[in-house]
Amino acid sequence: MTSPSLLRMLRLQTRAEFLKLWRVPVFSFFSLVFPVMFFALIGLGQAHELIQPGVTFGAYFVASMGAYAVSNVMVFSFGVSVANERGMKMDLLMRATPLPPVIYLLAKVITAFVFGILSLVVLFGFASLVGAASLDLGTWLTMTWRLGLGALVFIAMGFAVGYLAGPNSAVVVVNFIYLPIAFASGLFFPLQLLPEFVRNISPYLPLRYYGQLGWNAVGVKTDNSVAQCFLYLAIYGVVFFAIALWAYRQEEARKFS
Amino acid sequence: MRAQTPAIELVEATKKYGDVEALKGVTFHIDSGEVVAMLGPNGAGKTTSINLMLGLRKPTGGKVRLFGLDPEDRRARRRCGVMLQESGVPEALKVRELVELFAAYYASPLPQARAIQMAGLDEVAHKKVKDLSGGQRQRLYFALAIAGDPELLFLDEPTAGLDVEGRRGFVQAIRDFAASGKTILMTTHYLVEADQLAERILVIDRGLVIADAPPAEIKARVPGKRVTFASRNPPPAAELEALGAHNVELRDHRVRLLTNEPEAVLRELFRRDVEVADLEVAGADLEEAFVALTTKPKP
Repeated sequence: MTSPSLLRMLRLQTRAEFLKLWRVPVFSFFSLVFPVMFFALIGLGQAHELIQPGVTFGAYFVASMGAYAVSNVMVFSFGVSVANERGMKMDLLMRATPLPPVIYLLAKVITAFVFGILSLVVLFGFASLVGAASLDLGTWLTMTWRLGLGALVFIAMGFAVGYLAGPNSAVVVVNFIYLPIAFASGLFFPLQLLPEFVRNISPYLPLRYYGQLGWNAVGVKTDNSVAQCFLYLAIYGVVFFAIALWAYRQEEARKFS
Repeated sequence: MRAQTPAIELVEATKKYGDVEALKGVTFHIDSGEVVAMLGPNGAGKTTSINLMLGLRKPTGGKVRLFGLDPEDRRARRRCGVMLQESGVPEALKVRELVELFAAYYASPLPQARAIQMAGLDEVAHKKVKDLSGGQRQRLYFALAIAGDPELLFLDEPTAGLDVEGRRGFVQAIRDFAASGKTILMTTHYLVEADQLAERILVIDRGLVIADAPPAEIKARVPGKRVTFASRNPPPAAELEALGAHNVELRDHRVRLLTNEPEAVLRELFRRDVEVADLEVAGADLEEAFVALTTKPKP
């Protein structure tokens, strides 16, 4: 008995995952258009004002929106889509097919990264074109790999939401947990402008450290070093992953034993 | 060697969900090339059996094998196609895209166009799942099940929710696929459908296989006529059952029963001077007849 080609399987599975997300207008809008739009609204007017010696608001804010865009893609594409698939009993059918789970998972991860990178390209492209953030290629690339690596945390967060929340509540949960976190971490408005109680909780939020990875790359003096940020994010990643795994095992015992 | 390994084998398989015993010890095997229908009312244990065979559930006791392998073994899954009850597929994908995707899970799939054509989806191949009608969705699930050209096809209630027309087309599609020497196990609660497609019927009720025979034999055991009449002095149900009646109901002087020999029953009633008024003899609908088979104590 010959085996099917795993590469072909992965290619078609990834294409399917990509089209699934691409054809959801809400998702495409919030991951590709919204960060650019918000950047244009808030960032453009004061793009060239210095917030620190040598750092323009435009550069600072493009990093904020980059962090928002990538983490949003991860949380949404794993949280909402996993919850939906469970709700539609798609997981049953996929389990009964010969598709190896690892290919299924890998296709989702690749798709999320493609979307994440795409959202950065669109955002960075726009910011450079309108001259709102003139950074050299090295800086763009540094932001990209840091945000890419840190994104793993939000994949774990997405999975946790996807397995804990029902199909209808996943979007709500994402909006009520992830968006306030993004806000309180200073991704939409600089922390200095936020109320004091928000500033007090922000050091406990994962997006705070994720945002610093971007700000730090454009030259902002951040509270924590890059290594510290990655360390904190790794801790969050382990916690989210443990929660996701626990929820997955619960479901496994309920549905498939 | 392979010819001796049954495609499906269950040995004393049991399944408990908490305190509920869904399967109480089911034993049968299905050889390569057989087309078998599993017939039974809702809640009889059909879907549970299928889930055990697909490795979606683990048996509480006993043994379940596909081609001699654990059902969760990928080598077994690569030889199976599956159509589940009410399982969703991504709404945003097109029919063609999904068929191509599912075909890629298998080593030597059907040509994509062939799977689409066999399922009767030519006209909607370019449509997204969300734009399909209920019947078209059902056909899509069938197309996905056969996309890999599997040796063994599981169809759980394939015609559920279809109208008469749709059901007929579906039966033909399944027949076409069976013609290529495939092993098929389908569940249904329509005796007609089982009769049209299968060469063997497993009747399952309350977690037990209560009959395993060719359709002709099953049909002979199922009472085919419904007799109703009004009477002021109806005989007790037990006496009617002794005459070959099943499912006797006595209510407000009306008698309802199922039988294969209405003439003999009526002759006996007349002989005994039982009053028979407002007599009606009609072909029992198969659902009703089937109930007679499944509510009998285990033979």
